Amino acid sequence: MFHLDWLNDRMLIAVIAILHVLINHGLAVGFIPFIAWMEYKGLQRSGPHEVTDARWDALAHRLLFVAFLITTTVGALTGVGIWFSASLVSPSSIGSLIRVFYFAWFTEWLVFVTEVVLILLYFLTWKRSNRSVQAKARHIRLGVALSIFSWITMALIVSILGFMMDPGNWETDKTFLTGFSNPIYLPQLAFRTPVAMLVAGTFIAFLIMLFTRRGDGLREPALKLVSKWNLLWAPLSLAGAVLYYRVLPEAMAANMSTAVGTMEFAAYYDLLRWFFLLAPLAAVLVAATGLWRPRAVRPWMMLVPMLGAFAFLGIFERVREFVRKPYVIGGYMYSNLLREEDYPLYARDGVLAHATYTAHASITESNKVDAGRDVFMLTCSRCHTTHGVNSIVDVFERMYGEGKPLDPASMAAYIPNMHNGRPYMPPFPGNAAELDALTAYIAHVQRTGEALEGAQSTGIAVNPTRSLEHLAGQAAPTQPLAIK
Amino acid sequence: MLILLQAATPVPHDIPLPLPLPQGVLVALLVTSFLAHLLFVNMMVGGSMVTLWAQVKGLRDRAYDELAHEVAKTITVNKSLAVVLGVAPLLTINALYTVYFYSANALTGTMWIAIIPLVSVAFLLTYLHKYTWQALERNKPLHIAILAIAVAVFLFIPLIFLVNINLMLFPEKWGTVRGFLSALTLPNVFPRYLHFIFASLSVTGLFLFWYLGRASYPFEERLPGLRRADIQRKAYSLTLAASVVQFLLGPLVLLTLPSKGVSWTLVLVIFTGAGIALPAMWWMWKAITGPDEAINRHSGKVLLAMSLTVLFMGSGRHVYRATALAPHQALMAEQTKAFHEASALARAQAAAGAKAAPVSDDPAAAGLAVFTQNCSACHKVDAKLVGPPVVEMARIYGSDRDGLKAWIKAPGKKRPDAPQMPGFPQLSPDQLEQLSAYIFSVSKP
Repeated sequence: MFHLDWLNDRMLIAVIAILHVLINHGLAVGFIPFIAWMEYKGLQRSGPHEVTDARWDALAHRLLFVAFLITTTVGALTGVGIWFSASLVSPSSIGSLIRVFYFAWFTEWLVFVTEVVLILLYFLTWKRSNRSVQAKARHIRLGVALSIFSWITMALIVSILGFMMDPGNWETDKTFLTGFSNPIYLPQLAFRTPVAMLVAGTFIAFLIMLFTRRGDGLREPALKLVSKWNLLWAPLSLAGAVLYYRVLPEAMAANMSTAVGTMEFAAYYDLLRWFFLLAPLAAVLVAATGLWRPRAVRPWMMLVPMLGAFAFLGIFERVREFVRKPYVIGGYMYSNLLREEDYPLYARDGVLAHATYTAHASITESNKVDAGRDVFMLTCSRCHTTHGVNSIVDVFERMYGEGKPLDPASMAAYIPNMHNGRPYMPPFPGNAAELDALTAYIAHVQRTGEALEGAQSTGIAVNPTRSLEHLAGQAAPTQPLAIK
Repeated sequence: MLILLQAATPVPHDIPLPLPLPQGVLVALLVTSFLAHLLFVNMMVGGSMVTLWAQVKGLRDRAYDELAHEVAKTITVNKSLAVVLGVAPLLTINALYTVYFYSANALTGTMWIAIIPLVSVAFLLTYLHKYTWQALERNKPLHIAILAIAVAVFLFIPLIFLVNINLMLFPEKWGTVRGFLSALTLPNVFPRYLHFIFASLSVTGLFLFWYLGRASYPFEERLPGLRRADIQRKAYSLTLAASVVQFLLGPLVLLTLPSKGVSWTLVLVIFTGAGIALPAMWWMWKAITGPDEAINRHSGKVLLAMSLTVLFMGSGRHVYRATALAPHQALMAEQTKAFHEASALARAQAAAGAKAAPVSDDPAAAGLAVFTQNCSACHKVDAKLVGPPVVEMARIYGSDRDGLKAWIKAPGKKRPDAPQMPGFPQLSPDQLEQLSAYIFSVSKP
């Protein structure tokens, strides 16, 4: 298995995904409509013998340039990066989801292709469209179409996320309708849409401060325009947030796993509530200043609502991810990538016996620590590292005391029952011997400071009983493997 | 023993979910969508190489610097389409070759994920290069260096993809691979890579022939120092030369491919593809050596024949993959089935075992079961573990059963030396009753 022992595997996905969401919401979904609006305003500002106010138009084009540059590079690549990182960190779950939701993603892809073609057209034909009012009007319509398509891309993805997380209907009903009928879907969209507009607005305000000078005749009207935009969307963001906040626990209690109600979740949830209030409030304050006292605005003031809005989105995604636990696919597959229905088999034979990649199919007194390492890799490593982020040593030291040697017997008493007290944890899947080996390994890791290397650096060890050579040697390979 | 283990071929389980579409449809989607993606990747990689060449030539001949600028403008468009068109084949290969693809990804994981930042950087560099043409007019070495770095990255990325796509075909090698570099040394990686690079040059030549030669392109206005026909000849020459090299590289690729996937079908498909390219090469030769007016005469046919060649080569690639993986896929399907039968059996056994478990009438005994399941991880009967011992609980609460129950459902934090206890709202009133009965029963000697 691929494993990052310092950064933590989940963190890899999280970093890429949050960057992608920020760019998608802030520089595409929310950004383009404003630019199209600004381009339209340019027509109104134009003198009697010109198509558009050329300096105003150039400013809008320059703003779009920034968005174009980032969305078509880092934005596009982080989108693909989510797939790449998921294929490394969580292959079984992403593989399962793709088998089920292939059509949804394929449809989304078609919209996405349209969006990319439109943004290329919109950006690259900008200057050419300044020849005549008709061409300019056509170009603005292109901007509107692009705004609609980027919004649809987001709406579709949110829908896919919705039905991925809806365990109730996952097996039976695999249509888009499930996504749309998901109780969190519409509130989530009602929340994401204004937030995207607001994140983009705060970012645009910041860029305007960079691109213009005081008293150049451009800064004040541009600032006023974006302030109006932010004043429009900030209250809507708050309203969307309140709506979302109200349906969330109810929907998840009915819908979601047991993670809700734990202390860890409550902590995030409280944090979210603060940001819900503070981020739009900061945006309103700065926008009001921009509208009525544009001369008083300084570039740094723009950073506050911008960073607030960024952090707000980041925490929001964290909360959304947390509610999935202990499952990665609700009711079907746990976060450790093992399917719930295979648990009795693992309890009977052990996890190692059925694993493809382990050096040890059975446990003896002499290979205990090494076999424990394999158990850790197979059952814990998707979320825990040895000494890095969410380190297994840290979690146990927090329970049993910092710096004290960990006692394998206490851990062995705790692990089989941990999912009762800590509902976001999947139940331990292995048998008694594996539990014993795992706790011996954890104590060993604490003692030696040993790190765990993933397949990307040390390669793989093939389970001796699951190799082609072994299976070919068996008389009847279709018989279930009976391993005592 | 260790060497024996390393050489073992793993037989993983497949994901136990049906394919979203009939296999044939998925294969057709994979081959066509991949070729569409590849086409733009070729134009991006080849275009960046041509730009670099033209700009270096432009140091002495200004006209070529302008040509470089014109070609550079196409790279950034082609790269956006290359990325977005890559999503469909990525999705499809994920669905079709799930385990094989992911195994190769994991084994080369660091490089695989490095694709994301590397490509992002290369893209940003191509923009930087394109938009600093005027600003760096007086500092050409720096300007060219920016492009050169982007070209270097562009040339490296396909190698990462190729190593993955190649490694997924050979489960028998998975046990021996230690990271990207060792996967790179599999014998057929470099011939395939060179094959790809020359394909890029070949496709780019055709693209530029069309792009700079089309009637709506204001050649004389944009590139005043050059003649359209000359540049078109150069574009055709690039395609022709690259195609000739392909005729040498092709057999090398075929010979270095492990024989397990080679079949007569494959040979037939590939030779047909190569055969179709021959007349196209002849027409290009005629155009290069012929008069200016006749340069576009066969261009439609050239494009058609070369497209067919690409289609055949793409199909050949799939034929090899299908043949190479078939035996392993069959074995994997058997293993997957066996695993699920075993799992179903174990489920049935567990269900039967659960029914047979005795039910006790004594609330304290039932409470012990609740305690073992929910509390014993942190609480021992007579000693502190994570939280206080059971005997202490009974002492604190005396006979206040409701107080104890309320605490269990929603605990606070009292002790500085212990972490806060999580709540147990999921326990039913009955279970709480049994649990508290047990806790109080323990304290009574």
